[in-house]
Amino acid sequence: MPIHPIPGELPVPNQPLIQAQNVSRRYRLGETLISAVNDISLEICAGEFVALLGSSGSGKSTFLNLLAGLDRPTSGAIHVRGRNLAAIDSLELARYRRDTVGMVFQSFNLLPRMTLEENVELPLRLAEVDRSEREGRVTAALDHVRLGARRRHRPSELSGGEQQRGALARALVNRPTVLFADEPTGNLDSVNGEQIMLLLQEIQTTLGMTIIMVTHERPLAERFATRIAVLSDGRLKTDTAQDTQRLNSGPDSSGAGLQPGPSSGAQQ
Amino acid sequence: MKTRDLTELAFRNLREAILRNSLTTLGVAVGVASLVAMLSLGVGLQTLASQRLNKSGLFDAVFVTSKRAMRGVNGERERPRPATDKSAKADDAKPLDETARLDLLKLPNVTEVYPQVRFLTEVRYNGESHSTNVLGLPDSARNNGTFDGITGKAFSSPTAEEAILQSEFAKELSPEPASLVGKEVILRYAQRHESSNTDVAKEEDIDKQMDDMMSGGISIVSRDKKLRIAGIIDTDPSAGIGGFGGGRVFIPLRVAEDLHAAQPNDVQEFVRAGGSAKPTYMALTVRVKSPKDVLKVEEAVKKMGFGTFSLLDATRSLRLVFTVFDLFLGLFGSLALTVASLGIINTLVMAILERRREIGVLKALGATDRDVRSLFFAEAGAMGLLGGIAGVTLGWLIGAALTWGTSIYLRRQDLPGVKISYVPWWLATGAIAFAVVVSLLAGLYPASRAARLNPVEALRYE
Repeated sequence: MPIHPIPGELPVPNQPLIQAQNVSRRYRLGETLISAVNDISLEICAGEFVALLGSSGSGKSTFLNLLAGLDRPTSGAIHVRGRNLAAIDSLELARYRRDTVGMVFQSFNLLPRMTLEENVELPLRLAEVDRSEREGRVTAALDHVRLGARRRHRPSELSGGEQQRGALARALVNRPTVLFADEPTGNLDSVNGEQIMLLLQEIQTTLGMTIIMVTHERPLAERFATRIAVLSDGRLKTDTAQDTQRLNSGPDSSGAGLQPGPSSGAQQ
Repeated sequence: MKTRDLTELAFRNLREAILRNSLTTLGVAVGVASLVAMLSLGVGLQTLASQRLNKSGLFDAVFVTSKRAMRGVNGERERPRPATDKSAKADDAKPLDETARLDLLKLPNVTEVYPQVRFLTEVRYNGESHSTNVLGLPDSARNNGTFDGITGKAFSSPTAEEAILQSEFAKELSPEPASLVGKEVILRYAQRHESSNTDVAKEEDIDKQMDDMMSGGISIVSRDKKLRIAGIIDTDPSAGIGGFGGGRVFIPLRVAEDLHAAQPNDVQEFVRAGGSAKPTYMALTVRVKSPKDVLKVEEAVKKMGFGTFSLLDATRSLRLVFTVFDLFLGLFGSLALTVASLGIINTLVMAILERRREIGVLKALGATDRDVRSLFFAEAGAMGLLGGIAGVTLGWLIGAALTWGTSIYLRRQDLPGVKISYVPWWLATGAIAFAVVVSLLAGLYPASRAARLNPVEALRYE
């Protein structure tokens, strides 16, 4: 049985969950040294919906990848509930991605050769979740994004909005603590984009999940995020909390099967 | 990831790029097939050669002679020695008689001890008489392939009153030899009859002994024996060492011995035995379990005080020749498998390029380097396994086709068909295991390359 990388209880709302300290990411492109992320320090509390806003090349996606454990900082530290992502080995980093993180990408990234339900089942396979349990969790995740009827379709048979909802179901199925979304509406029309944003907001409010989203659309960030961090040239320019008007606020029973928690995956 | 999930994903991935993976697997199959076909040919020819040689009785037999009658296969005669010579003891050496025969049979790894029984006879069939030689065949002849290709059946028991005819001789008896099976023939032969007057044998005077022999030491009587024809064979089972050969009618050795037929050496033996009518053997053939026992048995027989002869060295060099032969066939076969393994490397490296993004996604979802490596490894192994199974089948078919073609050719030349290709179970399982190992080795580089991919770069890949 795999060991959960982040020991501890369910994250306490408003308590620091992720602490980035003087994080930099530089890489060499030919002769030039590019500083994609330059000395950013940021503290994110459990239950927040943080929008990383900035134009292209501002370093927001690179910073997101560092927080999501897909990449390592050149310098600085990223503490997630007591663990420094910059210092752990690649196996532990993979476990962190598997058990703590959910990822949604701009280009959906569903595996084209698998059906929707197989795509959603993939994180459960990686987490070595019992077969008997998988079916129910896949169904719950797909129902949550209202795609239960399309589970046997391949990504190519789904619309862009459906694909992104499917990707969201895949990100949620392993009950992550933090959901990272990299331009989740970037490839969608406004109607489908709105749907996705409403789903993200619902996940944050009803499940108490922490969401960190990269976007270049300020109106979207202002409407849904609880906090906006603006990046420019790899640096953090502004960091403002905002009082968003909630479109939905009551508890949603449909999210019962998707409660986030540290005891996700095989620990069940 | 659990093994079952890994296997499912690997086979799923293989199914998705079905054409390319099938072609790669086919490459492995062809490689394995060529290896199996080559080696099956080597094994088949070796089996064939050893079967034929075993049939000749050359390599699993020790030929035992009495030191008294130092007559080797080359017919060298014992030189007369002066009485003072130490070798004069030879006259006191153990006689090669029934007691010695039973003693030899008690030696470990000895399966059979038998004398050569061959005598002249008149075969009467259909009122006509044909003169020929009868040869007694030991019981082991029934199991060692002597009767392969027989028309009719081998002897029903070691004491069956049956005869097997050589086909040329059968043609003499009837224009339709096959119709002879089941018919009866009468064997007219000379029986050696021992008289009770043995005391004279103690006399020292050789001339006197000769007189006695003429006067009644042994006498020869004409006898008839009715035998049923059990079968007809094309080949001459008696070809080989020890004065065998020339027989055209074969009967079970024990039946032949019971006939007490007068043999060409009877007179000589009688003289040598000092006039005693107690029969001794000129030579005995000791058949051992396998050629590797020959040396030990030979030593033991020598200790008993008999002369021996075997063709052990010949089997050794034969085995050496076949080992080298197999080695070369194996090398040629492996060459094809090497080419096939390059195919696997190529396919998997291409798959990495094509599935870069997928690897990125898997890693983003929490797949460890080991998961990714195992997945590619499993795909390589699966191609090896499927290719190996298909290859063994294909190789076996090629071997069977070769055997079939050769048999047709041989039959046209009026020769009996032979099985030149043989796939033993160790070759089949070994070839599959070899294919899997080679495929895994071929997957080593692509798998570790895939595992090392940076997820961010992999996800950026379009």
